[in-house]
Amino acid sequence: METLTNTPKLADRAYNIRRNALRMGEVQGQGYIAQALDISDVLAVAYFHAMRYRPEDPSWEDRDRFLLSNGHYAIALYAALIEAGIVPEEELETYGSDESRLPMSGMASYTPGMEMSGGSLGLGLSIAVGMSLGLKRKKSEARVYTLFSDGELDEGSVWEAIQSAGHYKLDNLIGIVDVNNQQADGPSTQVMAFEPLVEKLQAFGWFVQRIDGNDLDAVIAAFDAAKSHPEPKPRMIVADTLMGKGVPFLEQREKNHFIRVEQHEWQLALAALEAGRQV
Amino acid sequence: MKTVRSAPQPGKARLTTSAMIASIAAEGQKTKPAPFGRALVELARSRPDVVGMTADLGKYTDLHIFAKEFPDRYYQMGMAEQLLFGAASGLAAEGFMPFATTYAVFASRRAYDFIHQTIAEEDRNVKIVCALPGLTSGYGPSHQAAEDLALFRAMPNMTVIDPCDAHEIEQLVPAIAAHQGPVYMRLLRGQVPVVLDEYDYKFELGKAKLIRDGKDVLIISSGIMTMRALEALQALKDDRVDAAVLHVPTIKPLDAETILREAGKSGRLVVVAENHTTIGGLGEAVAALLMRSGVHPPFRQIALPDEFLDAGALPTLHDRYGISTAEVARQIKQWL
Ligand SMILES: Cc1ncc(C[n+]2csc(CCOP(=O)(O)OP(=O)(O)O)c2C)c(N)n1
Ligand SMILES: [Mg+2]
Repeated sequence: METLTNTPKLADRAYNIRRNALRMGEVQGQGYIAQALDISDVLAVAYFHAMRYRPEDPSWEDRDRFLLSNGHYAIALYAALIEAGIVPEEELETYGSDESRLPMSGMASYTPGMEMSGGSLGLGLSIAVGMSLGLKRKKSEARVYTLFSDGELDEGSVWEAIQSAGHYKLDNLIGIVDVNNQQADGPSTQVMAFEPLVEKLQAFGWFVQRIDGNDLDAVIAAFDAAKSHPEPKPRMIVADTLMGKGVPFLEQREKNHFIRVEQHEWQLALAALEAGRQV
Repeated sequence: MKTVRSAPQPGKARLTTSAMIASIAAEGQKTKPAPFGRALVELARSRPDVVGMTADLGKYTDLHIFAKEFPDRYYQMGMAEQLLFGAASGLAAEGFMPFATTYAVFASRRAYDFIHQTIAEEDRNVKIVCALPGLTSGYGPSHQAAEDLALFRAMPNMTVIDPCDAHEIEQLVPAIAAHQGPVYMRLLRGQVPVVLDEYDYKFELGKAKLIRDGKDVLIISSGIMTMRALEALQALKDDRVDAAVLHVPTIKPLDAETILREAGKSGRLVVVAENHTTIGGLGEAVAALLMRSGVHPPFRQIALPDEFLDAGALPTLHDRYGISTAEVARQIKQWL
């Protein structure tokens, strides 16, 4: 995976990530499946277009780092790590079970390719600042990608990290914030007004792009621009996403942090995903 | 280089992690829904100074019930625990009595300095009410507040409470409101077991209560471990072990008089059982009290180990770390 390749097509990668996530959701019977579906396009582009890594050597020194700050999205990252060949596919059926390396909340000590222990939200960008500083000290070309959620925008620590990344001009840091407009108690914009996000991030010294996070072409273009942008600034991709994306009946379900999926619906969801597949 | 765990053996059926909103009630156990939320609504009817606050966990701490009843006395602070407690201090300074909720891990770890400086040091009348105490989540260390009692015990001015069941939670909400000053209260939420009603129990702030008497062992316990201890009595009796249970819901200030009186009765093994790490909780508090007072019964601790606990299904974890009913009974028998 050191050399970038577009085969299979990114749309197929995104489809496979969604499929893996649904299969894991079925094992546990519940979980953050709507989030996994909303972020699959971003993960497909990150893992199969933008990032450099070696599936057989997840600790390869020159790899791009990927931090999952929103640890409850682990189901989505496992789906991508399986698709990338970093986690063996047969472990999928252990998701969230006793002794599994794929716990419901992502932790570095459990899973190959998981770079941080999340679960407590608002930690990822601070680690990313340190990693970016460290990589620069080592004269490494590697980048630090950090995925976090709109709910995390409420945490003061996130803004401390955003401010310091601007201060240190961390052009090797690429943040992606999933604006799915949902957090635990309701729609994020109602829980705590965080807009205008682009202007705020720009004011903190970041190069900011806001995109439809479920439009693959837009996601590809945003990652490309984030990598090639000439200014010495950290880069943020603000990705507006749709919870449940790719499974129409989940897209339409009442929006919730923890959506209900009945036992019989998992197979229906896989079928709906398949039916909507663009070939 | 980072080391990770090895892959599990394939093909073995295993329990799955229950959702973080899962109830700790056993199948078929008598429960009550949302005792904290309901009791707070009751209290707020006669106490116009009560306000509710949360950091994006209203639904997960039963505070949504209060929010629905008193929308204009409810403050959603977003997922910002430091802000939550700083703002609670400010509201208290202006004469209000905030009940501020989040998970135990986030109050104790993320917001500790804010609580220490703006609430405890100023002796502000804030009630800190926290779900997922001790080991009541299968999500791993990020959600397992194994050390919350130790941290809040170490804070001057703080009253620390670890209730057992819905019956107790209902009673302690008005009781902590009547107490002027900061309180840290462990919360059981959702469908909460009802246990102590059968023992004619009444909560009193600062008081330990003997729930059952017995001549071989004195179990001193708090929180859900009192429920476990009571459940273990039958298994102990089957082995002709006669156990007493002393419930200590107020961890600080400790009811020294009752604990010394009971632990001082000769011929009994003293076992302190808590849903908390061995470090700094009820066990060490009782041990230090006994040592200082020159009372020296044989002493054992049932508590979580000093390590980062696993993720997994709660029944599996409670067995693994010795706080399930079966493990409580097994350990006590082994020590006799
Ligand atoms: C520091 C911290 N506070 C609170 C929580 C509890 N919590 C878990 S997920 C969540 C909502 C966070 O918002 P977001 O990630 O945007 O939610 P989603 O999009 O997944 O619904 C909260 C409050 C947490 N995990 N960490
Ligand atoms: Mg969100």
